[in-house]
Amino acid sequence: MIADLAGHPILPVIWACILAFVILAYVTLDGFDLGVGMLFAVEPEPHDRDVMVNTIAPVWDGNETWLVLGGSGLYGAFPAAYSVILPSVYPLVILMLLGLIFRGVAFEFRFRAIESQRRRWDWSFFGGSVLAAFCQGAILGALIQGTKSSADLQFSGGPFDWLTGFTVFCGIAVVFGYALLGSSWLLWRTSGKLHTNMRRHTQVLGIVMLAMLLVVSLWTPTLNPSFSHRWFAWPGILATAVAPILSVVLAFVFFASLKKEEGQHDRRPFFCALGWFVLGFLGLGYSIFPMIVPPSLDIWQAASVPSSQIFLLVGAAVMIPLILGYNALSYYIFRGKVEPGAHYH
Amino acid sequence: MIAHAPALAVVLARGQFGFTIAFHILFPAFSIGLASYLAVLEILWSITGREAYMAAYRYWLKIFSVGFAMGVVSGLVMAYEIGTNWSGYSLKVGPILGPLLAWETLTAFFLEAGFLGIMIFGLKRVGPKLHLLATCMVAIGTLISATWILMANSWMQTPVGYAIGQHGEFVPKDWLAICFNPSFPFRWVHMVIAAYMSVAFVVGGVGAFHLLRDRRNEVARLMFSMAMWMAALGMPVQLFAGDAQGRNTLQYQPAKIAAMEGDFTTLAGQPLVLFGLPNVDTARNDYAISLPHLGSLILTHTWDGTVKGLDAFPKNDWPVVFVTFWAFRVMVGLGVLMMLAGFLSLWLRFRGRLYDTPLFHRLITAMGPAGFICILAGWTVTETGRQPWTVYGLLRTVDSASPVTLPMVIFSCTLILIIYFVVFGVGIRYLLAMMANPPSLDEAPPSNDPPQRTQGITPGPAGGTGKRTEPHPGAGDRSQGVPAE
Ligand code: HDD
Ligand code: HEM
Ligand code: HEM
Repeated sequence: MIADLAGHPILPVIWACILAFVILAYVTLDGFDLGVGMLFAVEPEPHDRDVMVNTIAPVWDGNETWLVLGGSGLYGAFPAAYSVILPSVYPLVILMLLGLIFRGVAFEFRFRAIESQRRRWDWSFFGGSVLAAFCQGAILGALIQGTKSSADLQFSGGPFDWLTGFTVFCGIAVVFGYALLGSSWLLWRTSGKLHTNMRRHTQVLGIVMLAMLLVVSLWTPTLNPSFSHRWFAWPGILATAVAPILSVVLAFVFFASLKKEEGQHDRRPFFCALGWFVLGFLGLGYSIFPMIVPPSLDIWQAASVPSSQIFLLVGAAVMIPLILGYNALSYYIFRGKVEPGAHYH
Repeated sequence: MIAHAPALAVVLARGQFGFTIAFHILFPAFSIGLASYLAVLEILWSITGREAYMAAYRYWLKIFSVGFAMGVVSGLVMAYEIGTNWSGYSLKVGPILGPLLAWETLTAFFLEAGFLGIMIFGLKRVGPKLHLLATCMVAIGTLISATWILMANSWMQTPVGYAIGQHGEFVPKDWLAICFNPSFPFRWVHMVIAAYMSVAFVVGGVGAFHLLRDRRNEVARLMFSMAMWMAALGMPVQLFAGDAQGRNTLQYQPAKIAAMEGDFTTLAGQPLVLFGLPNVDTARNDYAISLPHLGSLILTHTWDGTVKGLDAFPKNDWPVVFVTFWAFRVMVGLGVLMMLAGFLSLWLRFRGRLYDTPLFHRLITAMGPAGFICILAGWTVTETGRQPWTVYGLLRTVDSASPVTLPMVIFSCTLILIIYFVVFGVGIRYLLAMMANPPSLDEAPPSNDPPQRTQGITPGPAGGTGKRTEPHPGAGDRSQGVPAE
């Protein structure tokens, strides 16, 4: 009936790939939105902040919708994973949502508030972005490090099982990673003084990002013997070696283009940073596949019944290309550098 | 291992979910109604070229963008709270509800989000055709969203088209039957009209508020007139829709109807209880005022029809009678008032006094929030009347909860309560302050530029139509710029 993959149904594999794509889309797209929020910390000028927000105002909602699709897609295709993961990181999820509330409303509120209250919404834009990013990183870390689940597919660990040095480190790493995406995005989309500042920030954040990527890559395999086996055993290492090599290549392009003047290669640093995210993400997927809630739940155990997955697959196959199309239209309409004082209307 | 969450944790988790979703529904209902209204305004403008339409469009677009942002962030909470608070439920119901919610994201949320930026910031960037398209797409998106979410909710009320799988989960058998389950069409019609009516009363209220200050404000007259047409024509339809939904519920969830009506005993020729205090212990209504036979007449459309009372069901399957009973009366009571207000507007209109009756303007200003109160009351009827089940007759609420500990739930409840009141409280104040700002023919579009930005909260510059004669509460001070209601 349904095609098999070495004796396993293929549908859950397709869904795992779709979800991986959705999460990656979220991380890269909303990543630079959140990063812009973080850079409020180093850009105190109200005018600069207006420009920074204006680079993302028309598109942030679409970017965040990938997170909704991540949640509802996981629920639709792998309800067991959804029901185990969410209670296991309950406080992180609640804090992430509250962080997203603060920075989501700040987009509108900071332009409605009177001058004296405006700073408050600027802080909530910054704080919400950092909080959401940290929680996302920590959730990811908690997922990699493993979650206890019982035979009846319910979370069976304690409320603070997730809290370890590794998860905290992952949280911090994602904060800095998003900040890098944000600064390189602004480097591309702004000009003048703001652009020059971003060049500086991007340089520092790029170095931090590479260092953290290195630490996470070395730390992850120690958490679970199957990870290290997959990464370092022959001949798997041939495949895994590709990621670090490509990262180094990207690093050369990244630092070289930062040395240029404004107007030359403005978008390169951003795409290099995206490249690091993609590589890191692929490496991660490679480590845990076919687990969806390591160490015990694989994608076949967590999968919904085929009729649910097929029903949803029709929607995904038709809609995702369309969505990418009109999102691209939106980016195209609002393309180009955002000048200080200029605004959309 | 914690197999079941402790009872208090379940109660708190329910409270938290009810609170957050009640907050959420207000904003989408506002967006559903307002997006369609904006689309109508832009279409009328593109046909007639009359400036007042564009001015009203710009006025409400600014308000829409703030309300929409609040709808999005409060909805994002819902998408994850189902898993954090109801993991037992999401595991069992996942194969059915999960795909419905994901389809909603794919078809509705992305559509809205994708065109929202163009709608709000694109007035001068794209041509009028593409802009009109964007407005329509956002409006259609909100309706698609309501469709999927109401399919999901209605399936929980009237579950069909499923089988029970090996782990006790619901497995979809017939997607068409699931989507078009018996209560869905009724609920969809009633809810969409509810959103339109709520917005009609907000728009009408704002129009009336500004007419009280300046009867010649052309934009305020336009808003008021359009809204009153909507109320006069829509409310009778809503009454029929509500009646139809009630009879559908009588067929599929008779215990809920018994609680809504306060019928404790099964009777032929059931009376209609107008008021009373349902007393579950004595199984009667204290201090009841009732009209004989009318209950049967309304529900069965016959004088002597038999209507089941709560005595027909085991007591541990009774819904929360008091809440269901009173929420229903709030909704219907206010609904009737709204309908009468609509009729009154027709009478005034035909006597040529629609814009010249301050008392009526005061009434409509005061009724601005009426629709939202109806929506909350209506959902309370639907949801508390479904208790003690999450999936009616099949899955109990106690079996739906997550294995999260009590301290954790207390922590999240407290945090959510504080933050919702702070954030959404401020947001609602900004909305009201924007509405307190008089509309004018040279209404500025939404903008993040400083000069226009203040437009939303303080009166427009002197270069406006300048018809406002007296300073009003919104002048200068945002915190007081709230219409007195
Ligand atoms: C502006 C809002 C509004 C207004 C004016 C009304 N309603 Fe309503 N009502 C709703 C908003 C609403 C709602 C929020 O849309 C509900 C809650 C759930 C649902 O599906 O619709 C609802 C539910 C609801 C139910 C269903 C309970 C169930 O699901 O079992 C009934 C029987 C009625 N209504 C009846 C009425 C009647 C007779 C009205 C007379 C005027 C009325 N409603 C006005
Ligand atoms: C949007 C308007 C809605 C409001 C105002 C609302 C309100 C409520 C309230 C007050 C409760 C608590 C009931 C009680 O404990 O007595 C509740 C419970 C619940 N509702 Fe709704 N609800 C709404 C829509 C929905 C929708 C669309 C869904 C499904 C997708 C849903 C699913 C649930 C679930 C799962 C519970 C928890 C279990 C329960 O107590 O029944 N609700 N809701
Ligand atoms: C359990 C119930 C619900 C869940 C999980 C939920 C989820 C969501 C989410 C995640 C969003 C944000 C989408 C975005 O990022 O653009 C949203 C917004 C929205 N929801 Fe809900 N929702 C629920 C109940 C409802 C109900 C009952 C309705 C209407 C009948 C509704 C209508 C909308 C609409 C129209 C929006 C668009 C945003 C807006 O207009 O403000 N939702 N919802």
